[in-house]
Amino acid sequence: MTAMDSALRLDNVSRSFGGLQAVDGVTLTVGAGERRALIGPNGAGKTTLFNLISGAMPCSAGRISLFGRDVTGAPAHRRAALGLARTFQITNLFPDLSVLENCLLAVQAHTPVRFAMLRPVSRYGALLDRARAVLAALALESLSDAVVRNLSHGEQRQLEIALALAGGPRVLLLDEPTAGLSPAESRLMAELLRRLDPAITVLMIEHDMDIALELSEMVTVLHYGRVIADGPREQVKADPQVKEIYLGA
Amino acid sequence: MGRRALLAAAALAVLALVGPVLPAYPLTLLTQALIVGILAMSLDLLLGYSGMPSLGHAAYFGVGAYAVAIMTTERQVGLIGCLVVGILLATLTAAVFGLLAIRAAGTYFLMITLALGMVVWGLAFRWVSLTKGDNGISGVPRPTLLGLELITAVPFFYFCLVSAAVAWVLMGLLVVSPFGLGLRGIRGSESRMQALGYNVWLHKYVAFVLSGAFAGFAGTLWAYYNGFVSPNDVQLVTSVETLLMVALGGPGTLIGSMLGAGLIVFLKNFVSVYTKRWLLILGGVYIGVILFAPTGIVGALRGRRR
Repeated sequence: MTAMDSALRLDNVSRSFGGLQAVDGVTLTVGAGERRALIGPNGAGKTTLFNLISGAMPCSAGRISLFGRDVTGAPAHRRAALGLARTFQITNLFPDLSVLENCLLAVQAHTPVRFAMLRPVSRYGALLDRARAVLAALALESLSDAVVRNLSHGEQRQLEIALALAGGPRVLLLDEPTAGLSPAESRLMAELLRRLDPAITVLMIEHDMDIALELSEMVTVLHYGRVIADGPREQVKADPQVKEIYLGA
Repeated sequence: MGRRALLAAAALAVLALVGPVLPAYPLTLLTQALIVGILAMSLDLLLGYSGMPSLGHAAYFGVGAYAVAIMTTERQVGLIGCLVVGILLATLTAAVFGLLAIRAAGTYFLMITLALGMVVWGLAFRWVSLTKGDNGISGVPRPTLLGLELITAVPFFYFCLVSAAVAWVLMGLLVVSPFGLGLRGIRGSESRMQALGYNVWLHKYVAFVLSGAFAGFAGTLWAYYNGFVSPNDVQLVTSVETLLMVALGGPGTLIGSMLGAGLIVFLKNFVSVYTKRWLLILGGVYIGVILFAPTGIVGALRGRRR
């Protein structure tokens, strides 16, 4: 695969916290439109890797590029402007705002309107329409006026996805979308993720192995900050090292 | 919003009607409350809407006040010139201080803004050739607007009433605008805002500078109101009192800050008649608010309605 069709490329990316090497020389290429699962035991460095990719924290070493553009030193908001969106493992929303306001924040983020000061946000019809459309796509429109703090955990997890999708991302990082969901809710979430626009490149951390493997044709396994297996899911599932340390079978 | 605007219009009408019939002293206090109310609202932009607890707001207020005092006494500059320069200098001060302060958050932000506020206080106190130091600058004349003399209490009260209303409308628009929604988002979760694509630093910086501009506006009015500007206006207690007004009225409500300003101004002036320990009373009020109405008076009222 050439650099041109890769959506996301990591080159020897590392991050250490003091003496702890949380991410250790990860090299990874995610093709445009690819669905890839990032799996590994707790503490493998998956979320840290997401933080490095999204720019929430800087790399200690290595290079990250997005659609062939080097973003290693770019702040998080610039990476988001290039089409990178993420969700959080621990729900990270605006608890005091309504569902619609949460969504509006995501919708206006990439428009110059975000600096408009002299008209109420409720007068921006196009923004409102877009926000409502995003909520409708995730079956959240009936909750538009509810304050996020009062939503159920499952609804909040859905809103996590809504916020990430609202900006029309090209690369989506999903950090355990089913975290804390009941089996039934997890099924709904998987259904929702399956229906995502196929043009969106998805890199997903997921502990529910059935969902992870069902939704992703490619799998990367992380262990102690290193990639120990990487490839099509059947190949990774058959990998003896992965079986031994992760799948435990 | 419609109901709230109606309520505000009614309050404005009541104030406009009682102004001329009030005795001199309460009218003076009411005028003072309107001016510091603007200052409190400007702080609310940061504290209530953006989650930035500034403890140095007297600095921008003071820069505005000193600008007016110096220009009117040394150069006889008119009202419009003083307003423009006063607000501009306060905005500039906030623009410089913001560069230093915004990098920090929470308590650290509070400490840095406090320290920067003390810098302005130090300048007011020590730059004697400009500020007359400890003596302050006296003899600031009341202004004239379009041939209208605002010298006596009633016209000046109306001038301040209109100023406060304009400031409230502008800040009210700001907080419900897309930009203001961004600020409330930042108060909720900075990391999420960054992930969504906001330059959080820039958003906070713009809010900080705008807040400084409004605080400077209040300062210019203050110089005219008091006729006298001294380092006391710039000291820490002014910043603390302002913070208290916001906390008392209800952070994130704007009108609550105005209400808090009114309560503190009247309380302070009536209590000071009986005791010198005003700050002790103020501290008591603060603790009471934190314990019994952590969302402030307006916050508690709105909470009950919900």
